[in-house]
Amino acid sequence: MAEVAHHYDEKMPLEYRTEESRLNILGFWIFLGAEVALFATLFATYLVLFQRTGHGPTAMELFKVKEVMIETLLLLTSSFTCGLAIHEMRRNRLKGLLTWLIITLLLGAGFITFEIREFIDYVHEGATIQTSAFLSSFFVLVGTHGAHVSLGIGWMILIIIQLLQRGFTPRTARKVFIVSLYWHFLDVVWIFIFTLVYLTGMVI
Amino acid sequence: MKWSEFFVTGEPLIYAADVSIVLTAIGIVFVLTYFKKWKWLWNEWLTTVDHKKIGVMYIISAVLMLFRGGVDALLMRAQLTVPNMKFLDSQHYNEIFTTHGTIMIIFMAMPFIIGLMNIVVPLQIGARDVAYPYLNALSFWLFFVGAMLFNIAFVIGGSPDAGWTSYFPLASKEFSPGVGNNYYAVALQISGIGTLMTGINFLVTILKMRAPGMTLMRMPMFTWTILITCVIIIFAFPVFTVALALMTFDRLFDTQFFTMANGGMSMLWANLFWIWGHPEVYIVVLPAFGIFSEVVSTFARKRLFGYKAMVFSIVGIAFLSFLVWVHHFFTMGAGAAVNSFFSITTMAIAIPTGVKIFNWLFTLRKGKIRFTTAMLWSLAFIPNFVIGGVTGVMLAMAAADYQYHNSYFLIAHFHYVLIAGTVFACFAGLHYWYPKMFGHILNERLGKWTFWLFMIGFNICFFPMYFLGLMGMTRRMYTYSAGLGWTPLNVVATVGAALMGIGFIVLCYNIYYSARYGERDMTGDPWDGRTLEWATSSPVAHYNFAIIPEVTDLDAYWVMKKTGKGLEIDEEKLKPIHMPSNSGRPFLISIAFFFAGFGLVFEWYTMAIIATIFIILGLILRSFDDDDGYYISVDEIKRTERLARKGA
Amino acid sequence: MATNDHHETFPWKHVIGFVLSLVLTFAALWVVLSSGLATKLIIGIIVILAMLQASLQLFMFMHMTESDSGKIQTINMAYAFFIAIVIVIGSIWVMWFVV
Repeated sequence: MAEVAHHYDEKMPLEYRTEESRLNILGFWIFLGAEVALFATLFATYLVLFQRTGHGPTAMELFKVKEVMIETLLLLTSSFTCGLAIHEMRRNRLKGLLTWLIITLLLGAGFITFEIREFIDYVHEGATIQTSAFLSSFFVLVGTHGAHVSLGIGWMILIIIQLLQRGFTPRTARKVFIVSLYWHFLDVVWIFIFTLVYLTGMVI
Repeated sequence: MKWSEFFVTGEPLIYAADVSIVLTAIGIVFVLTYFKKWKWLWNEWLTTVDHKKIGVMYIISAVLMLFRGGVDALLMRAQLTVPNMKFLDSQHYNEIFTTHGTIMIIFMAMPFIIGLMNIVVPLQIGARDVAYPYLNALSFWLFFVGAMLFNIAFVIGGSPDAGWTSYFPLASKEFSPGVGNNYYAVALQISGIGTLMTGINFLVTILKMRAPGMTLMRMPMFTWTILITCVIIIFAFPVFTVALALMTFDRLFDTQFFTMANGGMSMLWANLFWIWGHPEVYIVVLPAFGIFSEVVSTFARKRLFGYKAMVFSIVGIAFLSFLVWVHHFFTMGAGAAVNSFFSITTMAIAIPTGVKIFNWLFTLRKGKIRFTTAMLWSLAFIPNFVIGGVTGVMLAMAAADYQYHNSYFLIAHFHYVLIAGTVFACFAGLHYWYPKMFGHILNERLGKWTFWLFMIGFNICFFPMYFLGLMGMTRRMYTYSAGLGWTPLNVVATVGAALMGIGFIVLCYNIYYSARYGERDMTGDPWDGRTLEWATSSPVAHYNFAIIPEVTDLDAYWVMKKTGKGLEIDEEKLKPIHMPSNSGRPFLISIAFFFAGFGLVFEWYTMAIIATIFIILGLILRSFDDDDGYYISVDEIKRTERLARKGA
Repeated sequence: MATNDHHETFPWKHVIGFVLSLVLTFAALWVVLSSGLATKLIIGIIVILAMLQASLQLFMFMHMTESDSGKIQTINMAYAFFIAIVIVIGSIWVMWFVV
């Protein structure tokens, strides 16, 4: 596997054209593997603890279908628009890329807004991170995902600034591609939060 | 918080440590200023992104930590030598076994291994640097500030005292109210981030930056073990990250993960800790297997026997190491099915390890063996490690483990695998690759003194502990009464520990002695080596290889020497070499991490937040950084190469 | 700078992926709210639906298999999911006696 010696012609998407970019993209994939292990541990903690509610409310008493569905659809759509942004980038359309990235960003911000509102609601109902093992693990699992999304928003803003300053270069293209991987990955995590936390909490 | 609580007071030992820390700090500042070395320190070391220098810094830190952890060990042995000893009180003893364990695993064994892999892996695969040199520097500095944060605990605020495993509920705020366990949670978190990034860095480096022709099955065995180690790091460390974060939340923000009320589950900590903790054992021992493979093959002058079997057994270990964690807490009582399953997987993982023992033995068979220091460590490893391994299989039997659990039998077992495995390998690797780091050879005569003192001392110290364990002496007890009959064996163990300490002093003297009088390595290949790192000059040029070698077989350099192909550098073929620029940012970001961590430990949140803002600022600056590195001109390469050749 | 003209103009792959994701999401919701099946069965079904949707993201949105590192990326993710299953199922199984 002496890939080092390969040289890419111009047909290759821009983000793959330099050796450095290819290494960074692969490295980010590996990092996502580590993130899978990180979230798996949080899921394991949650699933072990979620029926241990102490004196606090149970999952079934707490979760509301409507809010959760809004959050889910916002994030799912943002993953789609993020994919469209990459599609536009590969067609070499900077304007299309920027438009879809900004839409993604807004959807992400909407998701975070709803999540914060959800958390505040729970706290008002007396369900705080200190109430029970169930709630500690719930807030930390869902909160870690939320923190990732917030970080992704900040990161995407930095990249949009760089795109405006520098336009398409192998470096900016690679950065856009990597942030898109991150964003899709957060949707993957959310699918499991949606399933194993919210949906499961509605039946057990 | 009062100042009298901020600084640890009341112990003469601590005051002595305070004084020596202040004096050492003043001494370092004075020497750097007097010899006008500040700029040198900054340009050559603090800002470097060169994998070889980073590796050297890792190893220096590891040797310092070996000293610290070793002093802890000697204090413990002093306390246990005779019954009813009043040298350390119970609290101080708790702190010392905690810091000893944590430091030896996290801040000694791992950085020593990571240091060697930093220096050797890019050279072995014929690369000029790692995949992400900047990240590599950040990894080192994060490890370093994590280590420093952990090490200041014993003079500022108080050391952690719940054991290196920090089991709950003992480690909770309720039962360990001081800041000691905050140090544990935060310092390990910071250095753990560094380790995770190292794992990613070297995995990509090995997968993507090998010299042309070096297929996976032509990689040197050390590189193979590092590849698998990286895989284990990448998937095990996030688990520890989460476990430590939950511990931090429980201690700082009163969450209920491991508490005893409101649904918390103390035992879940043990579960999470060992999901990381068992793979961690393989993180430090697999590279050791790699080092022994290189050394045995070189000094037996034979190709490694059963290369493929070795590779498959390492890959098998990567898989199995994630399936055995419960054997650390069979006595928790998870039930017959759970214990049986993990008992069987644990025994199964002994099989690939056993395969490797035969690989080394058959490599030695009919070899022309040279008894160098590195080889002595490797030869001693085999029987000593087997003792540790066999007693490990005894512990793997869940029912029998109820008897051995947390006794000195266990202590003896894991010191036999970790010292005979990892520490022997670190010393072997240090002697073996020393010329590549510093250009001279570590004195062999002093090296052999270290070997015999340390190896004999090790056996005298730990072999009696098997029997102490069977006699009922349990782990972590700070004293015992005279009537138990444990005194003679404890005295013997302390004598052994002292011998190990003397061996370490000889090693340090050897480093000094060799730097002054050591034999310079002019050839770059002092041991008649087999792998590509010996194709470079000693010490290695900044760019490693003037021309990237072509690999046609396993033991690439050996083949080159036999066929005579590829040894000479054709100056016509030289091209400018691209190198990454130095950067001070990894160092500065890590300093910010230190203050953020310190703020968290003492719950000074303003400090933590300000430091975090600096960290984020550092990351943003990095994002906007357009530095593309620089090129080393052909003329400069020619000059360097001619100089290195003239030396030869 | 060359353009990637060979790239299709309408993002079929993404649209199909998105529609399928929506279908899977609402299917899971329906199974939970109105299918009336046994609890264990419900959980089994929604976990399978989640896994399908996750692979949809990986293959259709994230281009996991593309580039010369596609194989490594795929093995990496497969191993990550193996580890995830070990951690989650393992922890639940091991800690079951206290739950």
